[in-house]
Amino acid sequence: MKSKTSVLLLIVLLLFALFPFVGEKFYVQLVAKVMIMAIFAMSLDLLVGYSGLVSLGHAAFFGLAGYVLARLAPQYEAASLWTSLPLALAACAAFALLTGLLVLRTSGVYFIMVTLAFAQMLFFVFHDTPLGGGSDGIYLYAKPELMLGGTSLLNLEDHRVFYWFVLGLVAAVYLLLQRLLDANFGRALIGIKSNEHRMRALGYDTFRYKLGIYMLSGMLAGLAGYLAAMQYGFVNPDILGWHTSGSVLVMVILGGMGTLHGAALGAFVFILLQEVLSNQAWFGPVAKHWQLAMGLFIIAVALFLPRGLAGLSGQRKLREETHG
Amino acid sequence: MSEPLLEARGIHSYYGASHILHGVDFRIDRGETIGLMGRNGMGKTTLIRSLLGHLRPRAGSVKVRGLDVTQAAPYRIARLGLAYVPEGRGIFPNLTVRENLIMAARAGLDGRCDWTYERILDTFPRLAERLANGGGELSGGEQQMLTIGRALMTNPQLLILDEATEGLAPLIARDIWTIIRGIRDSGIATVIVDKNYGAVIGLADRCMVMVKGRAVFDDVAEKLSGDVVQKYLGV
Repeated sequence: MKSKTSVLLLIVLLLFALFPFVGEKFYVQLVAKVMIMAIFAMSLDLLVGYSGLVSLGHAAFFGLAGYVLARLAPQYEAASLWTSLPLALAACAAFALLTGLLVLRTSGVYFIMVTLAFAQMLFFVFHDTPLGGGSDGIYLYAKPELMLGGTSLLNLEDHRVFYWFVLGLVAAVYLLLQRLLDANFGRALIGIKSNEHRMRALGYDTFRYKLGIYMLSGMLAGLAGYLAAMQYGFVNPDILGWHTSGSVLVMVILGGMGTLHGAALGAFVFILLQEVLSNQAWFGPVAKHWQLAMGLFIIAVALFLPRGLAGLSGQRKLREETHG
Repeated sequence: MSEPLLEARGIHSYYGASHILHGVDFRIDRGETIGLMGRNGMGKTTLIRSLLGHLRPRAGSVKVRGLDVTQAAPYRIARLGLAYVPEGRGIFPNLTVRENLIMAARAGLDGRCDWTYERILDTFPRLAERLANGGGELSGGEQQMLTIGRALMTNPQLLILDEATEGLAPLIARDIWTIIRGIRDSGIATVIVDKNYGAVIGLADRCMVMVKGRAVFDDVAEKLSGDVVQKYLGV
């Protein structure tokens, strides 16, 4: 069973790796965007699906990392990836630590509200102060460079190279998280989600676990935000807004909470569907109202697939088990 | 007299404005077995919750081996060697039987690991047959065994069993009683709360009877007369 999953994973990885050889530039960039959002969705799933912490402020980390990159980059030259990425992630970790110490004292609907509040604060910091260029945002004229001894290791300006770079990171994040969640740390999180009191009675300092996962989740969201800023060459306050937080939450719910591949799948379906439904060539004037169709789709999934799209295979498995 | 394993004095606990415990004293020595009795709503579970730090007493003190833990966090108290089998069981339905057990594994305070994963499976052969099942897919009796097994994985010095046989079929309940007796005989101090007073009295060194948040009887089990049982426990 375990080896079957890894073979499947390897095949998926291979297919994705081959895609830039056949796909047009637009689609290669689109799939790179999807993969970036998959990292973002997986990071949120750590909170929502594994720890039972429904955050509506996850875009704060996503946007913060993007802004750190934008502020660090020299005006017309490339920033160094070696310094800007660690600094962006460190900023996210620090923000997670600072807010986590407060928000993790709450739970349920209160947690939703305080995470939203902190994200909105950050939104207005970048929106209303000279720090982030206001609602116009900041342009990045060159992608950060990965230099070693004076030579560039990867030409990230090339859309294919950038695509493989992102693919490598998605795979790395997925494997890292899978190992982490398989270890005792992951079980402790699942335990906390189902009953925190019980975990304390077993001698677990649950707050430390929650703070740990909150910081990790924030940093991974920061990684996604960094990559997104890198890809678009542009940051503006919208990437920190509640709209972005809401979208990524929908991706996680759509794909299936509590499964990493589900979150990634949710990101794929959400973004591709958005792309398809808003395509004027196919839907003409209706395309403007793509959110209506998207909403109906989300409602349908919530009604008929309570465990998300990833639950499709799970439900079949359950049936097989009951039949023998 | 040696230092008690757990000693509480003058505990007053509240749920909001409701005054539940009215100055309860509680003491248990190493290896001792105490039967905690009383009708529903008399404060047994509240007392346990106050001892374990899940509920902060407004007055009184709780000491574990002389260490004041009255204001300590529950996980710190648990790490001092107190294990709790809550009423209504307490398995993690989304974890497998194996995971439920492994996650609790901890060496005892003195560094000894008397209760290993293998020993738990020897003690509860039914669990050994269901290692890969989710905690939620077990029968009530199996869930109870899992909860007790998980508590033992922490190699505790004190095991608190709150209504461990409630709602179980008589045959399963008998198995659980045999297991509890085995645990007691292995030298772990136990606090037993159960409706089956006969079984409790048979196992306990000392009995404590609670009525309306006060201890009305606290003495060796042999002195628990029929009068007391009739008057306070209504049997």
